[in-house]
Amino acid sequence: MSTVLEVRNLETRFETHEGTVYAVNGVSFQLDEGETLGIVGESGCGKSVTMLSLLGLIPTPPGVIAGGQAFFLGRDLLKMAEEEIRMIRGSQISMIFQDPMTSLNPVLTIGDQIREPLEEHLNMVAAQSKQRAIELLNLVGITDGASHLDDYPFQFSGGMRQRVMIAMALACSPTILIADEPTTALDMTIQAQIIELVKDLRKELGMAIIWITHDLGIIAGLAHRVMVMYAGYVVERAMVEDLYEHPSHPYTRGLLGSLPRVDAESDKDLVNIEGMPPDLLTKPVGCPFAPRCQYVLSRCREENPVLDELKNGHELACWWDIDRHKPRYGR
Amino acid sequence: MPFSTRASVITKKEQTMATTTDIEMLAQQGILARKPRSLWGDAWRRLRYSITARIGMVIAAIIVLTAILAPIVDPYNPKLDSNLDISRQPPSAQHIFGTDRLGRDIFRRIVHGASLSLSVGVVAVATAGIAGTILGLVSGYFGGATDMVIMRIMDIMMAFPSMLLAIAIVAVRGTGLFNTIIAISVVGIPNYARLVRSMVLSIREREYILASHMVGVRTPVIILRHVLPNSLSPIIVSATMGIGGAILTAAALGFLGLGAQPPAPEWGAMIGDGVPFLRQTPHMVFIPGMAIMLTVLGFNLLGDGLRDALDPQMRE
Repeated sequence: MSTVLEVRNLETRFETHEGTVYAVNGVSFQLDEGETLGIVGESGCGKSVTMLSLLGLIPTPPGVIAGGQAFFLGRDLLKMAEEEIRMIRGSQISMIFQDPMTSLNPVLTIGDQIREPLEEHLNMVAAQSKQRAIELLNLVGITDGASHLDDYPFQFSGGMRQRVMIAMALACSPTILIADEPTTALDMTIQAQIIELVKDLRKELGMAIIWITHDLGIIAGLAHRVMVMYAGYVVERAMVEDLYEHPSHPYTRGLLGSLPRVDAESDKDLVNIEGMPPDLLTKPVGCPFAPRCQYVLSRCREENPVLDELKNGHELACWWDIDRHKPRYGR
Repeated sequence: MPFSTRASVITKKEQTMATTTDIEMLAQQGILARKPRSLWGDAWRRLRYSITARIGMVIAAIIVLTAILAPIVDPYNPKLDSNLDISRQPPSAQHIFGTDRLGRDIFRRIVHGASLSLSVGVVAVATAGIAGTILGLVSGYFGGATDMVIMRIMDIMMAFPSMLLAIAIVAVRGTGLFNTIIAISVVGIPNYARLVRSMVLSIREREYILASHMVGVRTPVIILRHVLPNSLSPIIVSATMGIGGAILTAAALGFLGLGAQPPAPEWGAMIGDGVPFLRQTPHMVFIPGMAIMLTVLGFNLLGDGLRDALDPQMRE
């Protein structure tokens, strides 16, 4: 299987009045054709900023892409001119956002908005794009698409709006679909429907997916590999079953441990991760998770662990061996 | 199908909860009176229900129809109308508004003056609106130096009292209807530019604009197709109220003799003509004054109604 996206050492910062915000600090990952990569982490850990950086959607007065490369089908996205990358957005790499209520333009019809990428990237004429829009609506489970083309977003429910967003994103059959927390704003039953829809579409169209979420429950049934991020760093990465069976980073353990379980005793408190989310205004000396880690060593505060491969593709950035209860690498 | 208020309450609630297939089902069962409407349809419906808006619409409609139909129904050549024998007659059976200094029937002049005033009002506002919108879009969307330069020029223009600026422009270009229109429209541009710029600044950051970038839409298309339609509501309200203001300014210029020149039946000029005779034959001043007042009132009420109808907070 070929690699469609290879990101190396992406660094993104925001120069603000209060200082420099280190949003993404050396993130590297690879995405293969047809693969689904889950990116997990708490709010503010840099998941969305990474994706927006790849597509040149970071506003460049405060934002700066400070380093790194992102190869998509052989070309570096970060070095492309605006016009070049504009042609990739929406046609080869698409993104859907969290809040379907605000992601659709309220004064344009659904039909107009779905036809926009078709007419822009595939140069379709009105009759063709209308036809294709109806097909796309059918694809995402909105039957009788023809009568909905002239409807406005406010006439739809949240789940249907998200389906419309998905239809827009898949209009030009992209190679990669980036889903930035698309179900977070929806209620549970609709969430399940949307996830099922995406799985069916994946089977049918075969695109690679990057699914960003902070809900570990969703990722389990959806992703092939999962990447855990914290404070702009990648702290762990593994195949999904491996991650859930052998979470090796204290943060990952904390995330999994804090999930409410159906089989837990009802009088026990939920486990939470002590401490506060990191302040991104300072570039940390040592591991960014050290202030909150229950296994912290003196080495952790001095040296930021690098992402290292353990076995079968399980990567980890940590000085502590959580299974054997001793420091890795002897110190 | 008759439209009932009760059905609209149900409609709004169902709209927020139901999917469109549910809506269709309910429509078939006769529970929903009609399919939900677009933004403009909804605004129109709300406009119709406000009493003041309806009064405004009626007055504005009367003025507009008068302005359009008068030249067709009753072609008027003011030079042929004077009859010094009946000069300055008070209102009577043959001349319901009386006659002016040169014996011309004031009612007829009022009716034909409507098209003068209205054309100044509408054209000046439309020109100012379009120019101001373009400046506001460019300024708001691109920001930076462009924004600063455009806004400082607007600030300079707004620093002048509008009447003085209009008089100055007329002084440079000369009198007459066309130059009045230019003067009033130039004076009005900064208002629309600032209004549009402020809307654009807020819309630019909305998620659907990011989504449009995401889809790969080109910048000019984003500005015209996505940003502009969302900025229209305050422009429409301001323009409608602006017609009233433009008519007033045109009348003031006419009063000073700087507008449409005699013998054109411009309302402001008619007031100016009547002022020397205020004690003896006040109708020469008050009747054109009332015409101006009613026209401006009509458009202001309409503008108020539009503002309420288009106000997003008032829609559930």
